[in-house]
Amino acid sequence: MTEPLPNPAPSRHAKPLLEVRGLKRHFAVDDGALSRSGRAVKAVDGVDFHVGHGETLGLVGESGCGKTTLGRNVVKLDTPTAGSILFEGVDIAPLDDRAMRPYRREIQIVFQNPFSSLNPRLTAGAMLMEPLKLHGTADRRERQARAHELLKMVGLNADHFNRYPHEFSGGQRQRLGIARALALNPKLIVCDEPVSALDVSVQSQILNLLCDLQDRLGCSYLFISHDLSVIQHVSDRVAVMYLGRIVETASVGDIYRRPLHPYTRALFSAVPVPDPDAQRAEIILEGSVPSPINPPPGCHFTTRCPYATEACSAVTPELAEHEPGHWVRCIRLNEIA
Amino acid sequence: MIPATAPAAVEDTAVPSRETILKVENLRVELRGERGRIFAVDGVSFELRRGETLGIVGESGCGKSLTALSVIGLLPRPVGRIASGTITLKGAGNLERLPDSQMKRIRGNQISMIFQEPMTSLNPVFTVGFQISEVLRTHKGMSKAEARKRSIEMLTLVGIPLPEMRFDSYPHQLSGGMRQRVMIAMALACEPQIMLADEPTTALDVTIQAQILKLMNQLKERTGTSIVLITHDLGVIAKMATRILVMYAGTVVEEADVRDLFARPLHPYTQGLLNSILRLEPGREQRRQLYTIKGSVPSLYALPRGCRFSDRCPAVHEPCRVAEPPLVPPDDNPAGGDHKMRCWLHTKPTIQ
Repeated sequence: MTEPLPNPAPSRHAKPLLEVRGLKRHFAVDDGALSRSGRAVKAVDGVDFHVGHGETLGLVGESGCGKTTLGRNVVKLDTPTAGSILFEGVDIAPLDDRAMRPYRREIQIVFQNPFSSLNPRLTAGAMLMEPLKLHGTADRRERQARAHELLKMVGLNADHFNRYPHEFSGGQRQRLGIARALALNPKLIVCDEPVSALDVSVQSQILNLLCDLQDRLGCSYLFISHDLSVIQHVSDRVAVMYLGRIVETASVGDIYRRPLHPYTRALFSAVPVPDPDAQRAEIILEGSVPSPINPPPGCHFTTRCPYATEACSAVTPELAEHEPGHWVRCIRLNEIA
Repeated sequence: MIPATAPAAVEDTAVPSRETILKVENLRVELRGERGRIFAVDGVSFELRRGETLGIVGESGCGKSLTALSVIGLLPRPVGRIASGTITLKGAGNLERLPDSQMKRIRGNQISMIFQEPMTSLNPVFTVGFQISEVLRTHKGMSKAEARKRSIEMLTLVGIPLPEMRFDSYPHQLSGGMRQRVMIAMALACEPQIMLADEPTTALDVTIQAQILKLMNQLKERTGTSIVLITHDLGVIAKMATRILVMYAGTVVEEADVRDLFARPLHPYTQGLLNSILRLEPGREQRRQLYTIKGSVPSLYALPRGCRFSDRCPAVHEPCRVAEPPLVPPDDNPAGGDHKMRCWLHTKPTIQ
């Protein structure tokens, strides 16, 4: 069993499991048959990050910030417009389906909605055996044994082998989704909002399961969520996205102790605390997230930022290392921190 | 947890009066499904006081939404119906027996409701202005021009920029937060006594949720409307509610003031819920096991005997599997008469 590695500080020497550089995904806007406006939704617009061995990177942001698109690109359910996705040093971004195949074993995904992401016509057992068959486990008995082992790993049992998805509760279905992702022993699992559709008491069961599995198997997670408390619980490092860009990234301890980017601060302060006597200064942002078709120039957060000046709209700030391991995209950081 | 004495996040400037405006007694809602009949709401009683925010928390399927739909007379027909119990609105009498024509006059006028997903509860083929005006023209008999003027006032009140222009927008042209503001404008247009809010911010982002919750609190103070806030989010409840009902499998298992409930939850289910929620804790480095309530919510077709929570309860003991406990103040009453729960740990079974 692999011990989870200590949190690798962002360093360019140690080779991470996954490294994403300058990733962009633009979707052309359909303005009608004759239009060639060239307008595009810049869902992901120049994102860099890495995920180490046995590490969890939490990716947090509000709806429309591009976090799901980013996750889909990492598993190659979508093809990026530009940039590279280095998996163990190999760029998988330009690979076609055939060339991608060996990497599919290594990179898997768990989806948000356990009701729509399972095939209603396959039993739990058939669903778990399918990837094994596709990836070359020829012997049927071997596949069955592995499927039973997987059910056990996620807290289900042999009784569930012949059941269909509709016979399971939401939490059980998500366990099944996790078992399916684990079938081929992947090194990286993209978890896209895996607990958002679940009730509180079931949510904590699934989070415990994901953490246990990581401790036992040593896999890495790219964990996507809009829920800051979930992200805090599971992550080693956290990246905050706003309108297609990462605005802040740091270790979980650093970012929760001292969020630096004005957006991160507002986001953290807006989470309602389950304590009626909580004394907190809440930063209430004005307006809503601008359209990614026509984002504000310069820093994308200027339209809602309480500290914005003209200079913020003039240049696009770079992600800069403010403290060791704590990267922030803000030109006024030294004045406002 | 020691509660601080200073009031904080809860904006309790307007002290709710003791005057009861809505009284629900022993409400049972029957649903007819393929596998027979069930009582999805089974003996729910509560009172709503003027100017207060009553929170109803519980997990999916606990009956919290059906309770609200019964109050406003919108139970899905013919699947659901009120089997027994009374719903009394001050000044209007018993709602559960009112014919549709009279219920229509109350709905939107004295009781209004906002839903989780504003896109599906607004009509996509009419402008938002038309939809708000319709409420006013129906209930207040306003002319088109008057209704337009008042609708624009309402849009201004809920903080929609350029209200004159937005009056002519269609729902799809607005963002999720803006749509929810429109729903609130529509719900408050006739200054109802009661607004039922069913997961009003669940579909919204946290920064937008913060805006909407603040708006609801401001409007409540201005109009004196009482709010029934239904949510699964204990953070939202802590911030908004003055009193809380915790529901489980169709019944109320605990009822208390917000501070009392968070400081001294008595029912094991409430304790489990509060323990299993994730809290933002600055400086926590070590990943810990989360508390979980074992098992899952029982099917209403196969409820355990006695207490509905007995199969999952860590403190289950002998009387629990025999009889369902009543909703009463605890015998060892630490908190005055307002704290009630349904649990044999705190109530002596009288008959054996």
